Amino acid sequence: MAATDSKELKVREKQEVAHPAEQTRPGVYFTPTVDIFETDKEMTLLADMPGVKPENLSIDLRDNTLTLEGDIAPKDGQKEETIYEEYTSGRFYRQFSLSEVIDQAKIDAQLQDGVLRLTLPKVEKATPRKIAVRTS
Amino acid sequence: MIYRSMYGLPAWSVYRPHRDLDRMRREMDRLFDAFSGQGENRVSAGVYPLVNLTEDQENFYLRAELPGMKAEDLDIQVTANSLSLSGERKIAQEGNGVKYHRREREGGRFSRVVTLPGDINAEKVDAGLVNGVLTVKIAKAEAAKPKQITVRH
Repeated sequence: MAATDSKELKVREKQEVAHPAEQTRPGVYFTPTVDIFETDKEMTLLADMPGVKPENLSIDLRDNTLTLEGDIAPKDGQKEETIYEEYTSGRFYRQFSLSEVIDQAKIDAQLQDGVLRLTLPKVEKATPRKIAVRTS
Repeated sequence: MIYRSMYGLPAWSVYRPHRDLDRMRREMDRLFDAFSGQGENRVSAGVYPLVNLTEDQENFYLRAELPGMKAEDLDIQVTANSLSLSGERKIAQEGNGVKYHRREREGGRFSRVVTLPGDINAEKVDAGLVNGVLTVKIAKAEAAKPKQITVRH
């Protein structure tokens, strides 16, 4: 996107979600904002998860359900006093059900600058084939 | 309204009880807003990015969540008692052949100024962007630091 036609960014409050399992640790969960797109060969998911380190991110795919869960480090600066707080930090959680058949062995995940990029290649048989229409 | 009551007080960091009351009132406001369905009416300045501001004896700390931003796309400037934060969040094009299922992430420009509740030392500002979270450590001006007063016997 060129700088000239880019728009002004608006504030969007983080959406809090209820975790399906009961929690033993206090803290809120937020749903990460995502982009999901696909090509013939693969699906890609981008998720904003600021503050999550690679080792604290869990990605789980079973029974066509993809679960993303990102843990954040405890707030640094415990001795600091809050002057004002406009956003709350919390863990991230979101589930997706995938309709396509994903080749689980080839899933690739990258976490950079707080953005997860998950590449989910489709298995060969799920890639669309061009169907030739026969004329009788 | 709250901002005025916070920043209208000169050397207001002395008034610890007031600040605690302020904080409590904000929390109460938030609760009432949540109950009455006016959740948007928070203390938030309504300008991207949302920031959290904290302090200790020596520094102010400003934090903001800026996932996907690179340090070079971010411009931070300070004056005697304010900090301006501007930049552009770029969302890369993903090629022509892609079909979207969800598109929630947004790119765009932003520009925000944050007034700090005391004077700062503009020479000692340190900013770091780690895992999409910006932390700016801003040293307080000598005059703005709390002083320990020893009582003589």
